[in-house]
Amino acid sequence: MQASPPSLAAHDLACRRGERLLFRRLSFALEAGAACHVTGANGAGKTTLIRAVAGLYTPYAGVVERSGALALLDERPGLDPDQPLGRALAFWFGVDGFADAQAVMARLRLTALAEVPVRYLSTGQKKRAALARVLGQAAQIWLLDEPLSGLDAFSQAMVSALVSEHCAGGGIALIASHQPLDVPGMTAFAIEDFAPSPAEEEA
Amino acid sequence: MIAALLRRDLAQFFPFAGGGAALPVVFFVAVAMLYPFAVGPDANLMAKTGGGVVWIAALLAAILPLEKLVARDIELGFFDQLKLRGMAEEAMMTVRLIAHWLSFGPPLVLATFPAAALLKIEGETFQILLLGLLAGTPGLAAIGLMIAALTASLRAGAALSGLLLIPLALPILIFGAGALARQDQVSLGFVAAISLALVALAPFAAGAAIRAAREN
Repeated sequence: MQASPPSLAAHDLACRRGERLLFRRLSFALEAGAACHVTGANGAGKTTLIRAVAGLYTPYAGVVERSGALALLDERPGLDPDQPLGRALAFWFGVDGFADAQAVMARLRLTALAEVPVRYLSTGQKKRAALARVLGQAAQIWLLDEPLSGLDAFSQAMVSALVSEHCAGGGIALIASHQPLDVPGMTAFAIEDFAPSPAEEEA
Repeated sequence: MIAALLRRDLAQFFPFAGGGAALPVVFFVAVAMLYPFAVGPDANLMAKTGGGVVWIAALLAAILPLEKLVARDIELGFFDQLKLRGMAEEAMMTVRLIAHWLSFGPPLVLATFPAAALLKIEGETFQILLLGLLAGTPGLAAIGLMIAALTASLRAGAALSGLLLIPLALPILIFGAGALARQDQVSLGFVAAISLALVALAPFAAGAAIRAAREN
């Protein structure tokens, strides 16, 4: 899997939602082992940035360059609500060719929930299940959109630990969150720094 | 990945297979059951008009599964996750079309046996009806998939899809039911040709629709 070192970069990225320009001239470059924390108020454009980097949203201007597989965690777990958690996760583990489901589920304290249909899970439990899906994907680049929302203190610390491990192993993580994470060597930028000035907004 | 997705989609949509909806088939048989009560037990009249009723029931039954066909997986972020793994939207929609047809076409054809018995449809008419449904249901499934994908991001999508399907399904209905009236198999060729064209078109149209839905 880990053939060539991954990289992720954005050049002069601009995105808008409807008529509103969210940010412009946003550039960053992340090499193997780098973690980057994007901060910003609700509605500032963090989710849009993550989706643009993932290739799921066409930016208004600019380009995203990446090498390496992507894993995305956002507010939608991507797990069938009617299925028991174990089977819903098994689908993605099967697609990703991941064998060690037991270990990942134990690590994220999901083993006891394996028989519970996904729709009965709490917000935090769903978030942990989505994290299990990301871990099983074994992708080099992680895009995490609000990974801490809905999680208790113990699970929040675990997310920081997982990201640290991922980056120590040569992975890249781009994390959009308004909550602090404890990851050594993590860089950060605020998306508001790239918000258009009122004069630009007029134009 | 394609095989895994097909298995998963079938588990979602196949009637009686864990969470799948049997409603279209039940609806279809219910119409055939009610029709003799409404027009009276005149065997001649039923044999003459029953085939058309079966076709209308099949067409309306095709509307029922559309609500969940695409919209739910967009909300779940399911298609996004597949996209990140390098799968094209057209491939996702091809798999969805196969799963959708398998979960509603063959069950409907099977349900035609009791329906035809209730409506006193026999002999060659029954054969033409059966062949017609076999040829026409892939086309109905393809129209349904395109409409479900196009209306997935609309709030009143479910209500709209019913309205949209009816005019688009008219050619299939005209040739399918027309074959019964004239007792000829040429019209069945037309039904099959229309179905084929729709099946070829649907994955591209539906794929473009879910790509567009992602951008808003």
